Amino acid sequence: MRLFKNPNIDFIKRRKIAFFISIIVIISGIVSLIINSGPKYGIDFTGGILIEFDFTPDDPNSAPIDIQEVRDALSSQGFSDAEIQEFGNPNHILVKIRTTQNPKEDQLNIISILRDKFPDNAGNKQISDFQLRSEQVGSKIGEELQGKAIIAILISLLGIIIYIWWRFELTFGFAAVLALFHDVIITIGLLSIFGKEINIAIIGALLAIVGYSLNDTIVLFVRIRENLKVYRREKYKSIINHSINEVLSRTIITSLTTLIVVLSLYFLGGAVINDFAFTLLCGIIVGTYSSIFIASPVLVAYRNWSSRKTERSSKRK
Amino acid sequence: MKKNWFRTVCIIVVFLVTFYYLLPLIGKKQYSICNIEVYNQDSVKIYEVTEQEYKIGSNLFGPEFDESIKIADIGDSITVKGRIPDDILRNLDVEIDWDENQIIKAKLVERTAKVELPSWFSKKELKLGLDLQGGMHLMLEVDTEELSKEAAESSVKGALEIIRNRIDQFGVSEPAIQKISKNRILVQLPGLRDANRAKDLIGKTALLEFNLAANNEDITKTVEAIDSYLKNNYDKYAYLGEIEEEATALEEALFEIPEEPVDSTADTTLVSTDEEKHEHLFSSLIAIYGQNFVVKPENMKLFRKIIALPEVMNIIPSGIMILMGKVNPKDIYGTRPVYFLYDTVELTGASLKSADVRIGQGMDPKTAGKPYVSLQFNNQGAGIFSKVTGEHRKERLAIVLDDIVHSAPVIQDKIRDGNAQITGNFTMNEAKDLAIVLQAGNLPAPVNIIEERTVGPSLGSDSIRAGFKAALIGLIIVTLFMLIYYKLSGFIADIALICNVLIIMAVLTMLNAALTLPGIAGIILTIGMAVDANVLIFERIREELRSGKTVRTAVDNGYKRAIITIADANITTLITAIVLYQFGTGPIKGFAVTLSIGILASMFTAIVFTKAVFDGIIKRKVRTSLSI
Repeated sequence: MRLFKNPNIDFIKRRKIAFFISIIVIISGIVSLIINSGPKYGIDFTGGILIEFDFTPDDPNSAPIDIQEVRDALSSQGFSDAEIQEFGNPNHILVKIRTTQNPKEDQLNIISILRDKFPDNAGNKQISDFQLRSEQVGSKIGEELQGKAIIAILISLLGIIIYIWWRFELTFGFAAVLALFHDVIITIGLLSIFGKEINIAIIGALLAIVGYSLNDTIVLFVRIRENLKVYRREKYKSIINHSINEVLSRTIITSLTTLIVVLSLYFLGGAVINDFAFTLLCGIIVGTYSSIFIASPVLVAYRNWSSRKTERSSKRK
Repeated sequence: MKKNWFRTVCIIVVFLVTFYYLLPLIGKKQYSICNIEVYNQDSVKIYEVTEQEYKIGSNLFGPEFDESIKIADIGDSITVKGRIPDDILRNLDVEIDWDENQIIKAKLVERTAKVELPSWFSKKELKLGLDLQGGMHLMLEVDTEELSKEAAESSVKGALEIIRNRIDQFGVSEPAIQKISKNRILVQLPGLRDANRAKDLIGKTALLEFNLAANNEDITKTVEAIDSYLKNNYDKYAYLGEIEEEATALEEALFEIPEEPVDSTADTTLVSTDEEKHEHLFSSLIAIYGQNFVVKPENMKLFRKIIALPEVMNIIPSGIMILMGKVNPKDIYGTRPVYFLYDTVELTGASLKSADVRIGQGMDPKTAGKPYVSLQFNNQGAGIFSKVTGEHRKERLAIVLDDIVHSAPVIQDKIRDGNAQITGNFTMNEAKDLAIVLQAGNLPAPVNIIEERTVGPSLGSDSIRAGFKAALIGLIIVTLFMLIYYKLSGFIADIALICNVLIIMAVLTMLNAALTLPGIAGIILTIGMAVDANVLIFERIREELRSGKTVRTAVDNGYKRAIITIADANITTLITAIVLYQFGTGPIKGFAVTLSIGILASMFTAIVFTKAVFDGIIKRKVRTSLSI
């Protein structure tokens, strides 16, 4: 069984369309980031409190909790800046407060307000059954993490450039890193468009995407390196195109299988892991696309540009 | 040939090690099916646990409960002292009016042990992270800003020791307490249910001091001094009046305080007429109730604001301090006592020999049946205590804990034996925690909780179910796909894939690392990468076969050429995983660890293991075709 029988698609010819699509997606991501004044950071980075409540009513036949009532109950008691959202299940409610002077007291107050206000949903439960999980992060540790996250991403990108430089050549390293930036920026843009938060787990997912996208790019680069040695007389452009076609079925199969596991994570993995899976999902699709349509064409574009430059300088002589 | 021999040994060793660490997980060595009966004081059976899986030594009613109810051997009766958690009572279908120190008995009636493994098997078991089994993660920071370098170091060490002691006495199974940077301590308490109580216990400074109460003359002087200061500087503090109005309005909105004073006996305010309010702003906030001065809830905010003002603190006669009394746990928004004390500390908690919880005896309704903390001073402390009580008969001695006055009994007589009691409106848990804290010693420097994550046990088990289901279904679809697409070779790859997952779990067990939700995500990502390695190899082999090579050469060349790609791709991913590990906190570390282990394991299973299988297949007979 074979997916493609000797494919011969001219990917390089279509690079301008691809660049155009990428730029459109990146710009719409940036526009969304500007409108929302930057990425939406989770409390891991901003500091604050987060509590997940289980409002499943005592009487199984009654209707699920009305999220607006929870919102009203809290805002009328002085918690007007609390963010309230449904989490995975209509009866599971997430309450987030970013700016708090006294997190411990606020948390206790919120619990007692909600228990008083919703006796049928919360009044008879033990605290550990009502409050499913809670997080409190001091603003200081949040700021530290922000710095750490940026450093981590930069260090790993640097490590990758050096490794590829050593194994291939510098141009390849920059092309790979450019593709990585492309993937990360698009994914952050998509997160912003879909209103997802960036927390530590998402940073982890972003770094996993970096790893994945790189994997794809390197498989392609290895083949290009090999073919550049074998077909010395052919045009640079057609060698690269040829290489992409050769590894195409591997690229598609790997992406598909990884996509399958991530999809099962997204649909079945539960609410806590949902955003993480969403990020991976975006990243895998974008990462596969970028190794074919960004990393390789960049090599061609650089080659064209540098040969034009040498032509021009030789003409001048 | 020699190389193949070495490879075979490697593969066998890896599989044996994996098997060694995973078998306890499959066999569940320490688990047993238990039937347990619980009896009350009158030997009536009130609760029955049947066909439940219990670990010997685990707690029947949750980890925060009294340690005396650990599951023991067959026939052992287990005494349950204290209150049975409500969620168990709910299952009983009966209402029992529990006394705080009710004694009931539980008995293990039957236990069917599951596969008991030989003793030489691994004692280690794959641990689950806090996000999967529920529990609390706390990041503590010791406030060492005002300390010298050496003092800071020793105070962090001391804090670590004390927190460890406190948690040990609290009775959580397998707590992890470790220093993770210069002044940070990470505390992980798996399976914990009462998060707030544990938090209180850890963060408490528990500075116990004994101070004498000021006499009436000094109290009057203090109150008058503040009154006259506020009156003379009324313009400056006009905003206090606004706070008062606002506070009253807010409190009324919040707690629906009735028009009538909460406590009718607390009605006699020292000065209460409106015109005189400016004159006696401070004293108007204080009421007298029995022996005590109290502050009514509506005045609380203003009162605390005033006594916290630095200027006010300056004009208070030297040697006097104003402290609040303990909140009544049954009415946290009720009136609170206020105390005027001399600031000379007569005695501190450092002179304590022991502290434990007792239950009040006798007929006095104020103390009978109520828990209190009994203190025993050491020799030196007892001497001081006897001297102080001898010299100040009929005066009041306040017991101050962390700047809160717990009680201020009148000294009736000289106490020579060094025994004292802290009474007050304690609940059983409060008294127990106070005794633990006093016993384990004081924290040398303030400890702040800078990060806290708590996952309830039900959410944890939901997550684990969802995570495993997702991983399993993903795995099944991928193996089916490989089987259909690569046939026999796909089957070999599938076996390698499953071995890969097992090796990851075994290595996690070996390293004592916990499996977390991000860890499961890491495993899922590794599945993707392991499949990729085999896809790369198989595609190469197909290419070689297409160009007319023999099966033998095609397989050898395919592996040889694909390995370069796989190594390059995996090493770069490993770089990110290592960086991630360096930078990450809890959850991210779990992801990085499983990803790193997974990458290494997948290189082993997808390259070494499958090549060995292929070699075996090809060697046996000269093959002209390969199912790929």
